[in-house]
Amino acid sequence: MADKYSADTIITETQKRISNAFDVFDHESNKTVDVREIGTIIRSLGCFPSEADLHDIIAELEEEEPTGFVRYEKFLPTMTKILLERKFRPITEDLLLQAFEVLDQQKKGHLEPEELTKYLTQEGEPFTQEEMDEMLSAAVDPDKNVILYKDFFH
Amino acid sequence: SKKCYKLLHHFFFHRVLLKAMKAAVLIQRWYRQYAARMEVRRRYTWNIFQSMEYADLQDQIKLYNFLGYLMDNFTPSSTERNLISHIFRENEVCRDAEWERYFSYNNITVPDIYSGPRLTFPLDMDQAAHLVEAFKNKQQLHSRYVLQLLLETWKLLRVLPNINRVSTCHSKEITICGDLHGQLEDLLLIFYKNGMPSLEKPYVFNGDYVDRGKDSIEILLILFAFLLVFPGDVYLNRGNHEDHIINLRYGFTKEVLNKYKLHGKRILKLLQKIFSWLPLVTVIDQRVLIVHGGISDTTDLALIARVDRHRYVSALRPPKKKTPSRTNVYADSERYDEMIICKNRRGSLTFPKPFGARESFQRRSLQDFSSTVARTLGEEFEVRRRQAEFSLSSFSKSHRILSSALSSDSEPESSEFTDTGNDEWKQILDLLWSDPMSHDGCIPNEVRGGGCYWGPDVTEGFLNRHNLQLIIRSHECKQDGYEFCHNRKVLTLFSASNYYEVGSNRGAFVRLGPDLVPYFVQYQATSMTRGLSFPQNVKRTEHTALKVLREQLFVHKSDLLSAFQEIDKENTGLICLNDWASAIERVLHLDLPWRVLHPQLVSSTTDGKLDYHGWFRDLALKKPSSEHIEQTMLETLYRHRSTLETIFRIVDTDNSGLITFEDFRQTLKLLSAYLKMEISDEVINELVISTDTNNDGSIDIDEFMEAFRLVDKSRLERGKSLLKPATDTFLSIHTLIELAFGFFFFFFFLKKHSFKFSLFLELKQQ
Repeated sequence: MADKYSADTIITETQKRISNAFDVFDHESNKTVDVREIGTIIRSLGCFPSEADLHDIIAELEEEEPTGFVRYEKFLPTMTKILLERKFRPITEDLLLQAFEVLDQQKKGHLEPEELTKYLTQEGEPFTQEEMDEMLSAAVDPDKNVILYKDFFH
Repeated sequence: SKKCYKLLHHFFFHRVLLKAMKAAVLIQRWYRQYAARMEVRRRYTWNIFQSMEYADLQDQIKLYNFLGYLMDNFTPSSTERNLISHIFRENEVCRDAEWERYFSYNNITVPDIYSGPRLTFPLDMDQAAHLVEAFKNKQQLHSRYVLQLLLETWKLLRVLPNINRVSTCHSKEITICGDLHGQLEDLLLIFYKNGMPSLEKPYVFNGDYVDRGKDSIEILLILFAFLLVFPGDVYLNRGNHEDHIINLRYGFTKEVLNKYKLHGKRILKLLQKIFSWLPLVTVIDQRVLIVHGGISDTTDLALIARVDRHRYVSALRPPKKKTPSRTNVYADSERYDEMIICKNRRGSLTFPKPFGARESFQRRSLQDFSSTVARTLGEEFEVRRRQAEFSLSSFSKSHRILSSALSSDSEPESSEFTDTGNDEWKQILDLLWSDPMSHDGCIPNEVRGGGCYWGPDVTEGFLNRHNLQLIIRSHECKQDGYEFCHNRKVLTLFSASNYYEVGSNRGAFVRLGPDLVPYFVQYQATSMTRGLSFPQNVKRTEHTALKVLREQLFVHKSDLLSAFQEIDKENTGLICLNDWASAIERVLHLDLPWRVLHPQLVSSTTDGKLDYHGWFRDLALKKPSSEHIEQTMLETLYRHRSTLETIFRIVDTDNSGLITFEDFRQTLKLLSAYLKMEISDEVINELVISTDTNNDGSIDIDEFMEAFRLVDKSRLERGKSLLKPATDTFLSIHTLIELAFGFFFFFFFLKKHSFKFSLFLELKQQ
C-alpha cells in the first residue's frame, strides 16, 4: 500500500511539473502551445532528445489537421510517459568530453571556433547559424579565441 | 594487399567519420538542452515582469475606484473628501485668456549663470538640434523656456485635427516610433541611427512619452520642439500615459516637481491641457492606421474625427456631459453634489458606514467609474441604466438599489440628452487602452481596466470598413521591439529598450515608404549590454525579476506563514515543494510557474522539504528607524507603498512634495479604510515621528517613501554585477569617448567573468 501511495505521488508530482512547464509557453492561457516550442518544453523538463526524437514526438502530438498548436490534453500523457520511462536521459560528462576529444583530431586540447563550427553546422543534426553564434558566444575564451573544452569539466 | 590496404583505410576513415558524426550529434543534443533551459528562464522572467506590471495596474484601478466610492458616499464637507475631490474637479482654468496668462513666462528671468539653451521663437532646426545636444549633455532647460515652448505647442495642437493624415508622396519614407517612457537614451539612439526629424525625414510618435523612465520631460520638450519646427513632418499621437492622473503614480509628476522646484506645478497644469489636445490617431496614405492602444468592435473613425478631444483630460475622469438646457449646472459644484441622492449612504471616516462588499467597487472598470462623477439625478439614472446594459461585470447590489431608489425618487427630466458623451469617451478609451488577443471577439480589458481585448475578426472588420490595410500600435512591451499578430494585419511597435531591466528587450522603430512595406530597425540602448552574450542577458534580467518577486513574497510573509502553518499541522517547520507552491499560488494570486521558479527562490531543501522559517529569515526589510511598528503593519505599508505614494501625491494639492502632519494622518486613515484594516493612531504617530526629519511640521513624501526599500539578505543574491557604476557617470563618459570605453569595459568584464563559467555551471547542475 505504501508503494502505491508513493507511485501515485510521483505521477502527480510529475504531472504538476509538466503542467508548470507547459504554462510558461501557454501565452493565451488556453492550454495550447505553439508546436515549435515543444522541443524547448521537453528539454526544460530535463530530457535530452535529438532532433529526430522530437520530430517523432511532434508527429504524435499534432492534430489530424495540423493547426500549428499542441493541446495540453495530448501533451500530458505523452510527456508523462517520457518522464516516467526516463527516456532521453542526460548525457554524462565523460561521454561529452569524449565527444569533444573526437572532434579535436589533432589532440590540441582545445578547438578552434572554425573547427567546431564546421562540425556542428555540417555534421549530425546541423545547427542553424543563430544556434552556432549563440554557442560560440558562450563557449569561446575571449583571450585565446579558442574553445577550451577541457575547462567545461572538472 | 594494396586492395586490402585500401579497404582498411576506407574502413578506418569511415569509422572516424562516423565517430565525428556521433560526437557532433551528442554535442548538439547537449547544447540544445542547455539553450532550452536558458529560454525557459528568459520566458518566465518575462512573465514575472508582466504579471507584476499588470498587478500594479490593477492596484491603480482599485485605488481610483475606491476614491470614487468615497466621492459618492462622503459628505461634501468632510475632510477626507476634500483631500481628494480636487482631482475630480474640472481644471478650473479653462478660458483662453486665462490660459495665456497661465503660460506667462515673461516675468521669469533667466540668470546669467544659466548655461543651457536659450530659445528664441519661432524655433528653427538648429535650435531643436541644439536642444537635443544639451539634453544629451545632461543640461536642463530653464523653466522660462519650458513654459514658452509649451505655450507655442499648445497653440499649434489646438488647431490640429483628431486624425493626423500623412502621405508618403515624394518618395518620403515615414519613420514610426512606439513607447518611449521617459527613456531619453532610446530617443537619442533612434536619432543617431535614423537621423533627426526634418522635411526629408518625417516621423510619427505613437504616444507614451512619459512615466517610468527618468527623462520624460526632456523627451516631451524635444518632440514638441521638432513639432514646432516641422509641423508638417512630425506627428504626435496621444498615449494612455499622456494623462495627469496616471502620471501621479508612474513617476512623471514626481520628475517634473523634482526638476522644476519653482515652476513645476505650473508646468504640470499646462501639460495636463496639452495632453488632452494631442491628436488621437494618425493615418498614412489612407491605408495604415497608427494608434497607441488599438481598436474595438465599435471603433468608428468618422466619429473619432468629430469628437472634442480636449474634453477628455483623463481616462479616470470622464468629462461632464453638456446638455442644452443646463449650461450653468456645473457652475456651483457644492450645490451640485447635493443633488445626488445618497443620503442613506453618507458617512465619513469618523462615522464609518459599512462599505459593502469590497468587490462591489474593485471589479469596476474605468468605464464604470464614470458613474461616480457628480451628476444631476436624471443623468445619473440614465448613465447607470445604460451601463447596466453593456457592462459585462455584474453591478453590485448596492448600485441596483441606488438606481431603483433614483427611479422612484427622481422627477422626470424634461431636457433631452444623448449617449454621445459616454460613447465618445468609450471610443477614446478603446483607442488608447486596448490590446489585441488571439481569439475572435471583443471583450472588456479587465486587466488594464479600460479599453478592450480585440480579436482577428474585429481587425478584419475594421480594416474592411475603413479601407485600411494595417494597424500599427504600441502599448505593449515586446521582446524584439516589435511583433505582428492577426495575420500580420496588426503590428505592435515598442521603442523603449531594456524596459524591465537592462537586457530585457530590444526597442524598434519602423520605416514605411510609398510601398507601405515595413522596414524594421532594432536596438538596445545601454552599452552595458554590448558584449554580453545571450546567457548573460538572461541572467541579469532574471536576477532583477527574481528580486522583485522576492519582494512580493516578503510583503505577504504573514499570510504565507499562516498558509504554511495550516498545512504543517504538526508544526514541524517543514513543508514540501508541492504544498509550498500551492500556498504561494493561493496567497499571491500571481499567475506564475512556481514549480519552475522553485530552485531560484529556495536555496536549499532537506529531503525535498523546505524549512520555511529559515526561508523567511532570508527575506528581510530594511526597517524605517522605528523599531516599534510591528511586522505586519510594516508589511502592509510596504505592500501598498505605490498606493500610499499615489494618495500622498493626490493629497499634496499644491504639488510641493510636502504634506502636513494632519494630511498625513488623514492619508493613512484613507489607506486603512481602503484596506479595511486598522491603522491605529499610535502607529500613525510613530510613523510621523520617525519620518519628520525636517522638524518643521511637514513630511517630505520622497523621504518617507525612501524608508520602504527592501534589503536583500538572501543567499541567492550573488555578487554585484561589475557594470553597476552609477548609470549617469557611465553614460557621460560614454558620450565623450564612446568606443574606447566601450571596449575597456568589454574586456574588463570578460576577464572577470569568463563565458565558459556559465557553461561549466550548467554541466554541474546536470
